[in-house]
Amino acid sequence: MMKIKKWSLMTAVVLMAGSVLTACGVNSASNNKITVVGSTALQPLVEEAANAYQAKNKGLSITVQGGGSGTGLSQLQAGAVTIGNSDVFAENQKGIKAENIVDHRVAVVGITPVVNKETGVKNISLENLRKIFTGKITNWKQLGGKNTPIEVINRVKGSGTRNTFESNVLNGETAVKAQEQDSNGTVRRIVATTPGAISYLSFSFVDKTLQPLSIDNVKPTDKNVETNAWKIWSYEHMYTSKKISENTKKFLEYIDSKEVQDGLVKKLGYISIHNMKVKRDAKNQIVH
Amino acid sequence: MEINKKILMPSKETRQEKFGRTLSFISISAIVVLVALILYFIISKGVSTFTQNHVNLWDFISKQDWSPSTIGKDGKPEVGALPMIVTSFSVTFLSALIATPFAIAVGIYMTIIGPKKSRGFLQTVVELLVGIPSVVYGFIGLTIIVPIVRTLFGGTGFGILSATMVLFVMVLPTITSLTVDSLNAVPKHLSEASLALGATRWQTIYKVVLRSATPGILTAVIFGMARAFGEALAVQMVIGNAILMPKNLITPASTLTSQLTTGIGNTVMGTLGNNALWSLALVLLLMSLFFNILVKLIGKKGKLK
Repeated sequence: MMKIKKWSLMTAVVLMAGSVLTACGVNSASNNKITVVGSTALQPLVEEAANAYQAKNKGLSITVQGGGSGTGLSQLQAGAVTIGNSDVFAENQKGIKAENIVDHRVAVVGITPVVNKETGVKNISLENLRKIFTGKITNWKQLGGKNTPIEVINRVKGSGTRNTFESNVLNGETAVKAQEQDSNGTVRRIVATTPGAISYLSFSFVDKTLQPLSIDNVKPTDKNVETNAWKIWSYEHMYTSKKISENTKKFLEYIDSKEVQDGLVKKLGYISIHNMKVKRDAKNQIVH
Repeated sequence: MEINKKILMPSKETRQEKFGRTLSFISISAIVVLVALILYFIISKGVSTFTQNHVNLWDFISKQDWSPSTIGKDGKPEVGALPMIVTSFSVTFLSALIATPFAIAVGIYMTIIGPKKSRGFLQTVVELLVGIPSVVYGFIGLTIIVPIVRTLFGGTGFGILSATMVLFVMVLPTITSLTVDSLNAVPKHLSEASLALGATRWQTIYKVVLRSATPGILTAVIFGMARAFGEALAVQMVIGNAILMPKNLITPASTLTSQLTTGIGNTVMGTLGNNALWSLALVLLLMSLFFNILVKLIGKKGKLK
């Protein structure tokens, strides 16, 4: 008899402790916990900003995860996360009801075509760039470079970087079937080591091992993105549901503050949203 | 009376046994439920490509254009998985084909020819190969094998050949250790009888030991193939991930697994793009089921009579 009593008592204690804990969990989830999931391109910025913000606001817990723009938006739509990061407009992501969520644009990322250093090409016209990525030009010789076949390296279908590149370069044509890599880091490595390789990267990933291309003699610089002289760029979005907690609102305001926009954003190679002299909509049209 | 009661009461040992039995029953049912749930999840998700999105099953396994998130020329999304299925099978068969002779040679050396001392050493080497994480294999492939293939055969170096080389090293320990087990399981009296009849060592190995270990070795090869078929990360890093019908071994291609890992983060749950990836997962599941059944069949029918 004693034994049974002991067991039931212990079970009761465990159950009670469990329910108290979960109750706490629910409470903190709505107030002191912010979960951010999505775009890997935006992840470093949000991570750093979250660290700095948590240092100032004790008791607040912000979790930042990657997973891709699609994951970010679908998790937000499912109500699983507080903020969904995305490189693409929610309007352009299949299966997402954009009217139910709110867009917060926090930064801009410029994207440049990059080639292997030995191709001998530094400038290209937009039309020729399109011809390369649709498979109509296949050797660097045709562009005045070395006699090397062109190896196109794409990002994965649905990746934000690829979407931005294709919507600004391909003009609705279908991309040639080619290699697909799933991260900026791998693309950089492959382009640097493969003769004749061409791909595209966000500005912050370009280093000395690669040759960035100018398009129609416009150089890929932050200044040119700000004036839209360089056309291949995209917003970094942080999407939320329509009702958000005070803490989430303040965190988003912090990211939009001068401190982050002039500090972290620049330090990590993004372009500040405050410096943009033009605005774009989801259909990639300039709005005034 | 006291004694009577004591004898009729369940003893401490009985309770222990009951406790143990309950514990193992709970564990087993947890595993069974888990497996059933995984099966249900993959099947229901994988089938919805055909039931919800009305993709033709035949198109799925016979067409060569894969672009489930966009609309193709005929107004329908392109969901042709044939290039990936072909590539997956190519890397699997090729790597098993290369690895098997090596595995049998190492197995014979470890069980029959080699001195006892070297067996322990080889055992350690083989086990070490199993313990290396696949991302490390992929990384070595990317930094060493891809450039070598590029300089020897031209092209980018990415493709089925590089993937085969990486998988060869990855399936070798699986096939080797299972081959060793099956060679060890050959009854001693068989080879002793053969030697006593005047057969040479080679004749004994070739005609008696290997023959009687054949079902075991085949099982080892199939386990190796299952491993190769399911490997994602290492393959993804060296195969180039281009959804093209493979025309040769040195142009970029894409396997079922590499497409899954690269695509899953960029699609939204419930859309065709996502469901189509689940269908690829379903193909993988069916294949591993097929491999398992094959192993069972060989175990039953292949025994020496």
